[in-house]
Amino acid sequence: MKVLVPVKRVVDYNVKIRVKADGSGVETANVKMSMNPFDEIAVEQAVRLKEAGAAEEVVAVSIGPQQAQETIRTALAMGADRGIHIKHDGEVEPLAVAKLLKAVVEKEGPELVLTGKQAIDDDCNQTGQMLAALLGWAQGTFASKLEIADGGAKVTREVDGGLETIQLKLPAIVSVDLRLNEPRYASLPNIMKAKKKPIDAHEPADFGVDPTPRLKTVKVSEPPPRQGGIKVESVDELVEKLKTEAKVI
Amino acid sequence: MSNLVIAEFAGDEIWSATLNTVAAAKEIGGDIHVALIGTDCDAAAAAAAKIEGVSKVLVCDDPAFTHQMAEAVAPKIAELAATYSHVLAPADTFGKNIMPRAAALLDVQQISDISAVVGPTSFERPIYAGNALAVVESAEKINVITVRMTSFEAVAAEGGSAEIEKVGGAEAQELSSFVGAEMTESERPDLATAKIVVSGGRGMGSGENFAILETLADKLGAAVGASRAAVDAGFVPNDYQVGQTGKVIAPDLYIAVGISGAIQHLAGMKDSKTIVAINKDDEAPIFQVADYGLVADLFDAVPELEKKLG
Ligand SMILES: Cc1cc2nc3c(=O)[nH]c(=O)nc-3n(C[C@H](O)[C@H](O)[C@H](O)COP(=O)(O)OP(=O)(O)OC[C@H]3O[C@@H](n4cnc5c(N)ncnc54)[C@H](O)[C@@H]3O)c2cc1C
Ligand SMILES: Nc1ncnc2c1ncn2[C@@H]1O[C@H](COP(=O)(O)O)[C@@H](O)[C@H]1O
Repeated sequence: MKVLVPVKRVVDYNVKIRVKADGSGVETANVKMSMNPFDEIAVEQAVRLKEAGAAEEVVAVSIGPQQAQETIRTALAMGADRGIHIKHDGEVEPLAVAKLLKAVVEKEGPELVLTGKQAIDDDCNQTGQMLAALLGWAQGTFASKLEIADGGAKVTREVDGGLETIQLKLPAIVSVDLRLNEPRYASLPNIMKAKKKPIDAHEPADFGVDPTPRLKTVKVSEPPPRQGGIKVESVDELVEKLKTEAKVI
Repeated sequence: MSNLVIAEFAGDEIWSATLNTVAAAKEIGGDIHVALIGTDCDAAAAAAAKIEGVSKVLVCDDPAFTHQMAEAVAPKIAELAATYSHVLAPADTFGKNIMPRAAALLDVQQISDISAVVGPTSFERPIYAGNALAVVESAEKINVITVRMTSFEAVAAEGGSAEIEKVGGAEAQELSSFVGAEMTESERPDLATAKIVVSGGRGMGSGENFAILETLADKLGAAVGASRAAVDAGFVPNDYQVGQTGKVIAPDLYIAVGISGAIQHLAGMKDSKTIVAINKDDEAPIFQVADYGLVADLFDAVPELEKKLG
């Protein structure tokens, strides 16, 4: 089985982002960038499937600027076998990503695509579901457990009321949630080895996909800041404030 | 303009998330229809017909929709969508699962998690864990939208009298099947809609220690929530998680106990009306958003607070 893992380059989750003064977007110049944390979990899962003998090859694919190759290298250092980079500067929306991924799937023929559940920059939570729709495949979203057996995938999903388990026919798309696993750190030897692993370079046009955004971002602004509060000295003072000032109890 | 709201329901009950979603449709303007896609929908359809502002209820009742598997439901949504300008569902795990699949079938770019309606085709949505707000303008033929529930006050569940129309079912699909569910049982109010929420973090130390929060919650009639660290550590189930990737809530009172206040956590609770933080570290970032901060050991402060609430 071949596993495809789409990985997105995003502003690191620890960075406190700043909105550009002209309201055109969020400052990404000179900001630490990393692999989307959910995608690290997806790569980890794919590599574990390979280590367990359930998968033969793990291919990481990223759509983004030239530096997205660094994100692919991170996946390769974690244990992915090779990379595919589709170069595109500027924003790319989930529908366009899904169309590009569909083209890659048709070329590569994986039986499983592991996406992150959500990119932490656009917070869209769409790409995996869209790819499943375009391919006519089964989808298992927000996975906290994944078992591959008997030509199928058993997926435990984190839903609002608790957990739900579903059975998917392969090939399928699974979008991973936080508790599926804990991603490994790449070791130095593996980082060195990753430098020699191949990355295929493409452009969206190679796949006949137009990545121009469908939605126009009119304005990006900072949310109104919360009014600063106070520190209370004791539980008594807290109870008093909640009763007489905030009037919430 | 014409809006189709995809309802979330079980048995005879329409979930409140649907009422928030109808509220967003109301701001967009035009007719509002509600679609029920599932099995044994009659009782829920009767309830949906009473929702304020709804003029028609479409019922798609078919065994193929059992457990509302995305592979069956999304094509139905795409089919129904053809005659509407806007199709909306709540941005909870139900809507997030099915709507992008329907949007892709329609070849439209979905607008996720809207927090305000700026105009009929212009919407505000939080990005970067709510640290920025983007206004997007859509020129899509159909606007497929998920709605942030806490940003739209629920419409009344009673008062309307919509007509009910049965529309067709679906072909059975064999891509996916339901195996089972492990739902968290609780007598407490629902975390998503509770007026008061008491949340615990890694500072709680163990699942057993959550008992002191539960006692406090019961005295306040509150729901219990948690940070990701508390869920990851196995103190409480996954559906307790509040944050960027958990539940987004905005109760009247949020009490954060032993939670440091990472941006991913703040993303899920910073719109609460009043925030209380109890933390022994006076530098914890949670104090920057707290209306009332108490620097104390939670194992002293929580039982004392519970006692003094009388
Ligand atoms: C992609 C991604 C998504 C995420 N999504 C979420 C999300 O949805 N929700 C979420 O919550 N987090 C999320 N996180 C995790 C987030 O970054 C933080 O790691 C997490 O919120 C920390 O949880 P915490 O505050 O309980 O733990 P910590 O940061 O460890 O804080 C524990 C706090 O408890 C205090 N404490 C300890 N003992 C006591 C005591 N006896 N009395 C009083 N105070 C005490 C400490 O001073 C400390 O401030 C996400 C992270 C990533 C990377
Ligand atoms: N530009 C991209 N390149 C590669 N994968 C992506 C890209 N955008 C999104 N994805 C994948 O889709 C998932 C969900 O993204 P989103 O729908 O944008 O929240 C991510 O976790 C990635 O696995």
